[in-house]
Amino acid sequence: MRHVQNPLSISRRDLLRKIGFSAGAAMMYQAMSTLGFARESDYGGPIELSGAPKGTSILILGAGMAGLVAAYELRRAGYDVKVLEYNHRAGGRSWTLRGGDEYTELGGHKQKCEFDPGLYVNPGPWRIPYHHHGMLDYARRLKVPLEAFNQVNFNAYLHSSKDFGGKPQRYRHIYADYHGHIAELLSKAVNKGQLDAELTTEDKERLLESLRTFGVLDKDYRYVKSFATSESRGYDSERGAGLMPPPQLSTPIARDALLKSGLANYMVTPFDYDLTPSMFQPVGGMDRIAMALYNDVAPLVELDAKVTAIDQDERGVGVTYVDAHRGGEAKHARADWCLCTIPLSILSEIPVKVGEPMLAAIQSAPYEASVKFGLQFKRRFWEEDERIYGGISFTDLPIQMIGYPMAGMNQGGKGVLLGGYVWGTNAYEFNAMTPEQRIRKAVESGAKIHPQYPAEFENGVVVSWHRSPFTQGCFANWSDAAREKHYQNLCQIDGRIALAGEHASRLPAWQEGAVLSSLDTIGRMHKKIVATA
Amino acid sequence: MATLHDTLLPLCRKLIGALALFAPAVMAADEPPPFSPPGSFTDLGHFAHEDGATLFRAICQGCHMADAKGAVGAGYYPALAGNQKLASATYPALVVLKGRHGMPPFGDYLTDAQVAEVVNYVRSHFGNQYPDALTQAEVAKLR
Repeated sequence: MRHVQNPLSISRRDLLRKIGFSAGAAMMYQAMSTLGFARESDYGGPIELSGAPKGTSILILGAGMAGLVAAYELRRAGYDVKVLEYNHRAGGRSWTLRGGDEYTELGGHKQKCEFDPGLYVNPGPWRIPYHHHGMLDYARRLKVPLEAFNQVNFNAYLHSSKDFGGKPQRYRHIYADYHGHIAELLSKAVNKGQLDAELTTEDKERLLESLRTFGVLDKDYRYVKSFATSESRGYDSERGAGLMPPPQLSTPIARDALLKSGLANYMVTPFDYDLTPSMFQPVGGMDRIAMALYNDVAPLVELDAKVTAIDQDERGVGVTYVDAHRGGEAKHARADWCLCTIPLSILSEIPVKVGEPMLAAIQSAPYEASVKFGLQFKRRFWEEDERIYGGISFTDLPIQMIGYPMAGMNQGGKGVLLGGYVWGTNAYEFNAMTPEQRIRKAVESGAKIHPQYPAEFENGVVVSWHRSPFTQGCFANWSDAAREKHYQNLCQIDGRIALAGEHASRLPAWQEGAVLSSLDTIGRMHKKIVATA
Repeated sequence: MATLHDTLLPLCRKLIGALALFAPAVMAADEPPPFSPPGSFTDLGHFAHEDGATLFRAICQGCHMADAKGAVGAGYYPALAGNQKLASATYPALVVLKGRHGMPPFGDYLTDAQVAEVVNYVRSHFGNQYPDALTQAEVAKLR
């Protein structure tokens, strides 16, 4: 057998989030805790930075969540702050695409978003768990209204192109029938005495009683077509009133077909700590929180600044940069200290004067591939025809997911779907295409779940994160071994330079990781500044 | 972790196992060198194509571009075209297997034969003319 250093490192995230769902909630939680994914945010309330020495300057590189939080807090603390940002906008990956926005990816393909007013897609982060206290606190303090993000929708689909004739199945059917079948099987085992070594007589009775409720079993512990199971999984025709016809009971999916499809494996979502209710999204787009921070510090931010070198000596930090789009003469910025939030995928290609341990850390984080689509349709057929309001459908097609908008539900008119959210090998394959090719493929795939696609599709945008000029990837996907070796070194203050961002957190890919990393680092930097003043 | 991996990977292949056919691409008139994806999507968890040219088009060109000249943004993707670092086949093979800087490792996505194929393809195209071919067995030793 060949040696594999870390079998989970490559597609760890998609395995865990979208596919590895059969492993069982407890096992998943254990695995995710080991990987550093399942830790609750350690946010301890608004940061207190008092006693900043007058006239001390701090240069911040990058105006994403980490850089903006740092600029916001350090300026309030009395520091002389300047921010350099590569893009022609602030926010970084906390980004929303709306009608009129333009985006040029590496390779030169330019897209213009043609969404109608009010419609948008978040190509980066799109949801905030209830335990991301830092993000929630900034939204509250900056008065950014939130609305519910509906992660689980029981009327959305689970789809296997190879099962049930390729017909998508309602989540509620898979959910109810899987629970029903396993409850029936377990009841059989108990009633045949096969678990006598495990259970007392009293516990057997208690278990049977709970299985009857859990699986909606009949008096003989069978999971069958009945009013009771239709109350659980839904009727084939709805219950009416007056002289309307009575409802038609629905028929559970046979156990073998259900197991063969593997669709039950998608149902971990309700048990995933990062994805359990309540979840939130900012009203109007994910970039609202970043933009609220930016509004407070905008005069300090120089956009279109491409950092080309980061130098330091015992007195301060010197950063060389050029105009990101026109190039031209090198410009220089100098400050007493520097907080660098540039993604490691970019920073590893820039000369930066730090010690060997931090340099090795900067060069050791592989950036994950991911692709997200926003597709505008003439009407919200998923609501009007299929009664899917928000939430997500999962599929084995390359698009992997379809996300339904949580905003504007049941109001009619046009809508924008998240037409795909892709990880792993499929993300590389989409990345190797042009935007037009990707969108065509996403529409073609989506039509297998929603046949309305071809008639209703209007326009789309796609962001493939490895083509992103400002990140060259989605997030720092540390292997366990690399994190073990480099994480402490990455998070130190090296002379007068410190790093921050999701890459310097134990909440990789989440905005909360960037926020906490920023707060932790500026807190330590502030202490050091005050101590050495 | 081995147990978890053993559980997840077969499942992942089963769930995301569609080999969806992709219609031939129509190129926009003003495009730089055309991207020609290989025409199919593979099982999540492993790339299916066997020959170097197709693997390059399915994976590498996404970042290193169709002409292998790389790309520049806030950072850059290095050119593979005319790249002196390809003189030894070991170097590109190690980069593909283990990754380098922000580039992810592909060792778990590709067999030894696929790694050899794609390295040999890049070392004999795009202005690279290295006559020695990397073998599957040599790749196996680098894992």
